[in-house]
Amino acid sequence: MSFLRLFRSGSAPIARERLQILLAHERTATDQPDLLAVLREEILAVLGRHVAFEPDKVQIKVDRGKSVSTLAVDIEIPNSRTAGALAA
Amino acid sequence: MSQVLVVTSGKGGVGKTTTTAALGAALAHDGAKVVVIDFDVGLRNLDLVLGAERRVVFDLINVINGVAKLPQALIRDKRIENLHLLPASQTRDKDALTQEGVEKVIDELREKFDWIICDSPAGIERGATLAMRYADAAIIVTNPEVSSVRDSDRIIGILDAKTAKAERGERVDKHLLITRYSAAAAARGEMLTIDDVLEILSCPLLGIVPEGKEVLRASNVGSPVTLNDPQSAPARAYFDAARRLKGEQVPMVVQGATRSIFTKLFARKAA
Repeated sequence: MSFLRLFRSGSAPIARERLQILLAHERTATDQPDLLAVLREEILAVLGRHVAFEPDKVQIKVDRGKSVSTLAVDIEIPNSRTAGALAA
Repeated sequence: MSQVLVVTSGKGGVGKTTTTAALGAALAHDGAKVVVIDFDVGLRNLDLVLGAERRVVFDLINVINGVAKLPQALIRDKRIENLHLLPASQTRDKDALTQEGVEKVIDELREKFDWIICDSPAGIERGATLAMRYADAAIIVTNPEVSSVRDSDRIIGILDAKTAKAERGERVDKHLLITRYSAAAAARGEMLTIDDVLEILSCPLLGIVPEGKEVLRASNVGSPVTLNDPQSAPARAYFDAARRLKGEQVPMVVQGATRSIFTKLFARKAA
């Protein structure tokens, strides 16, 4: 069967891999359902002490992978205010 | 000793009601006393699949509210006399389904029946959690398809956390029933295989019900597939699953699957 599977060209192996990755995350995430929200709040609080930015201009992206996940925080900082903040 | 089963899935449309009717009839066929309960308040369908839609007078919520006594609400099947239906309410408020009320009804049914099969609504709301609440064992109906498998995983987590048994530190026995399976599509790599689903969900397998037109035909005429077309592949799969529920050892085969080309050639030579 595993020998035959080498020649399988269908989409089922993709379904299987996507499910394995997703469920590995969902099973652990039930302990901490709002991890992303907590992270977002704390990261913004730390940044807010040093630079001024619009909370609406913050994008948080997550990419859940098989062995590692990445969290990307993209914050738009206006140039003038940054200069002011740095000078202060 | 009676057994309370919940037929659940998370996702809708995977075959919970079909399974409840087919297994209920298969278990009753051997003489056991069986009651099937529809927990889908507002969207009842088990009555329709069993062909009893015109005989509903009282329902589960009437019994909980004390408007009707349990024996008044039970509908006896016309084909198998030891199969009974307790229908869901079609109109009343979902909040009328109370935990205490459900517990009382199930306790009363335990005294009269060998098998009490609770047909859960889709989702993870009140109706679904109450359907599984007092279950001894759960049948998780899953299609070999990503959204169904994901929702089954979620339901397995809820069965382990939110049932009366789980709260007492015991475990609800879990049985996976894979429905709408196509061995040919799986062999071509177009559908998740049985092994794929078992590996992902790591739950004991109760049976494999192949996709078949007989299932639709049975619901069209309002008869469980195990009664309407007992020789069909889906019905045979349900009979096998019912025997496994009773503790019998039944080899796990995909009923009606086309044999491999080798066995076909061999059979032709031998003939």
